[in-house]
Amino acid sequence: MARVYLYSRFLRLYHWLQALLVMSLLVTGFEVHGTIHWLGFERASDYHRVAAWSLLVLLALAWFWHITTGEWKQYIPSPLDRLLAMVRYYGLGIFKGEPHPFHKDRWHRHNPLQRMAYLSLHILIGPLLWISGLVYIAYPYWQRLGLDGLSLAPVALLHTAGAFLMLAFLCVHLYLALTTSEQTLGFLKGMVTGYEEVDNAQAGDPH
Amino acid sequence: MISILSFANTNRQPITWEAFPSPHRTSRFLLFFIVLASAVLSAQAHAESTADHSKFEELKGPFDSGPAVTRACLGCHTEAAKQLHKTTHWTWAFDNPVTGQQLGKKNIVNNFCVATASNWPRCTSCHIGYGWKDANFDLTAEENVDCLVCHDTTGKYKKFPTDAGHPNYVPKQWPPKTGKMRQPPDLVQIAQHVGKPSRDNCGTCHFYGGGGDGVKHGHLDSSMHKPTHAVDVHMDVDGLNFSCQTCHTAGGHEIAGSRYTTKASDDKGIDIPGRGDGSRATCASCHGNRPHGDAGNAKLDQHTDKVACVTCHVPTFARGGRKTKMWWDWSTAGRKDQHGKPIVIKDADGYPTYDFKKGDFRWEANVVPEYRWFNGRIDYRTLGAKIDDTGEVEINLIGGEYGDPDARIWPFKVMRGRQPYDRENKILAVPHLFGKDDDAYWKSFDWPRAIKAGLEASGQRFSGDYGFVQTAYSWPVTHMVAPKQDALACDTCHSRSGRLANLEGFYMPGRDRFAWLDLLGGLIVLGTIGGIAIHGAARLIARSGRRKS
Repeated sequence: MARVYLYSRFLRLYHWLQALLVMSLLVTGFEVHGTIHWLGFERASDYHRVAAWSLLVLLALAWFWHITTGEWKQYIPSPLDRLLAMVRYYGLGIFKGEPHPFHKDRWHRHNPLQRMAYLSLHILIGPLLWISGLVYIAYPYWQRLGLDGLSLAPVALLHTAGAFLMLAFLCVHLYLALTTSEQTLGFLKGMVTGYEEVDNAQAGDPH
Repeated sequence: MISILSFANTNRQPITWEAFPSPHRTSRFLLFFIVLASAVLSAQAHAESTADHSKFEELKGPFDSGPAVTRACLGCHTEAAKQLHKTTHWTWAFDNPVTGQQLGKKNIVNNFCVATASNWPRCTSCHIGYGWKDANFDLTAEENVDCLVCHDTTGKYKKFPTDAGHPNYVPKQWPPKTGKMRQPPDLVQIAQHVGKPSRDNCGTCHFYGGGGDGVKHGHLDSSMHKPTHAVDVHMDVDGLNFSCQTCHTAGGHEIAGSRYTTKASDDKGIDIPGRGDGSRATCASCHGNRPHGDAGNAKLDQHTDKVACVTCHVPTFARGGRKTKMWWDWSTAGRKDQHGKPIVIKDADGYPTYDFKKGDFRWEANVVPEYRWFNGRIDYRTLGAKIDDTGEVEINLIGGEYGDPDARIWPFKVMRGRQPYDRENKILAVPHLFGKDDDAYWKSFDWPRAIKAGLEASGQRFSGDYGFVQTAYSWPVTHMVAPKQDALACDTCHSRSGRLANLEGFYMPGRDRFAWLDLLGGLIVLGTIGGIAIHGAARLIARSGRRKS
């Protein structure tokens, strides 16, 4: 076992701020949508707007960081056989107590499934939400932006669809992040301290 | 000063068809002080004017009639009657430039007492003239303009309810058969104390439209003589204390802000000299189109392109402790009890719920308005217009829809009821209600005779076949603007079954959704959670199995 520094300070800050903002957006968003009743429509929509702009600023910084530091390479999809190895692990190996097929290091933080999941999050679900959200938030200016032909309904539809996907993603993420590490809440500790206990003797290639 | 004047009018008896018990009983002691105070203060009220009318030779009297007073007024105010002759207040006729329709009390039908034709002397007790007792009234006679009803500052001038706009000149009994005598007003005293109109002058008619206190509008009733802050922030006696013409700006006796040509939206914003239309009859003409200020939620200002100010800021109407009439069913009129005595039933608050002369009523206070898209255009079903009697007949059609840039969501009082109509000709009937002749419904209680007389008086024919049809009449709500903390909260409308649940043509967050998407999304999320639960449980079982082995 070795203590490996996996999550840089910015990454951890980004992760936790994003977690806070995404959860706030989900709660307030579903209140604006009329699904839940907690803060009242006015406060829910106000907080939703503030959280949305904050998340957009954070995402801009995060994209800049990923591009300039080369961290983006950690999201390049793995070959299919490696992906299938992960599927096999979660579908079978994990029940048998088999070791994780891949191990982590500073430049291979994500297993093949994580690569695919986070890539989808950042280039599909995320943009679906923030692009539809930006159009939504610009509603009072549609006329000036030449968008008068647009109707709010399809924008709201896409935005709501994105929210459901984000919520499903969050559920899976929480489950795997909180229950699949060797040490109790090991991944959670890692995302707080930056360090994770990694068994370097473990089989498998780093990815 | 206005509050002082209105204070003086505490004891004023409004022109009503129905005598309601007054909600407040004023002791004689208090009355004495009110009279004393008003006498002292009304002198102050005139301090602004450069003329003391009590010093005018022309007004020394005596005056034997209202027109005699008017002749004296016109001796100096040479153009006044000519100005008034051009106004809707005088003509009771209005050519709507938008729809081309001829409106005004002379031409429209409502679902209160239905129409003025054949009922003139009763209806015209709220006309700004003297003597409109039949269709032959001379609209060009200058002396027939009633200056006093608008300009009396003493609160003592009263038109007699059944005398075609005249006050009574000798003591007369009112209400009928009560033995109560109404003394004639002192025309000399009143003529010598004329001034700018106060809320009470306008209110004499406008607070009692439809035959009694608050009957017609619901946002104008006797509580507006001296409204509290909670009832009307602008007219609040202890606050801004606006008079009617503070907003309904007047020049040359022409008053701004008619319902017949409602300005549903005002993109000109704040009116200053040289800009705007010179009237302050819209909210925006003082408050602008970004009225909520830096302290307000910016999102609120972004609603002004779709929502009228009054929609949120008049959360309910009839808030002043008076009820307004919401339902009037003429079809049940005329009932007598087993002793042949006409039936009148009143509710616990003294409001009649049944009157043999008029039928069934429903009264409500703190009424939630109905909301419609409204662009300022209202088409009326005027006298003689064809109706479809298979459903509810809309007496006026409110124009506007979501996509119309001039349309805003507006609050309405929708007055409903059942009223007589000609079943064969498919037109609303004009019942001849009031009069000493035997055709009058309130004399003989004979609908066919009353309808025949009324329709013929309005230039139409009666087939002889009548029935009752349900009608709806929408009145835009504009007064009784509430304190800002009482304005509607967002979720009043932004919720599944909120106040705007029935408005169509647009997607509103909080109200609207795609049910299939919510179902699908819900299934995806629940399916995910279910999958996690199964996976997690299986892992736990597998792990305990491994430990055992």
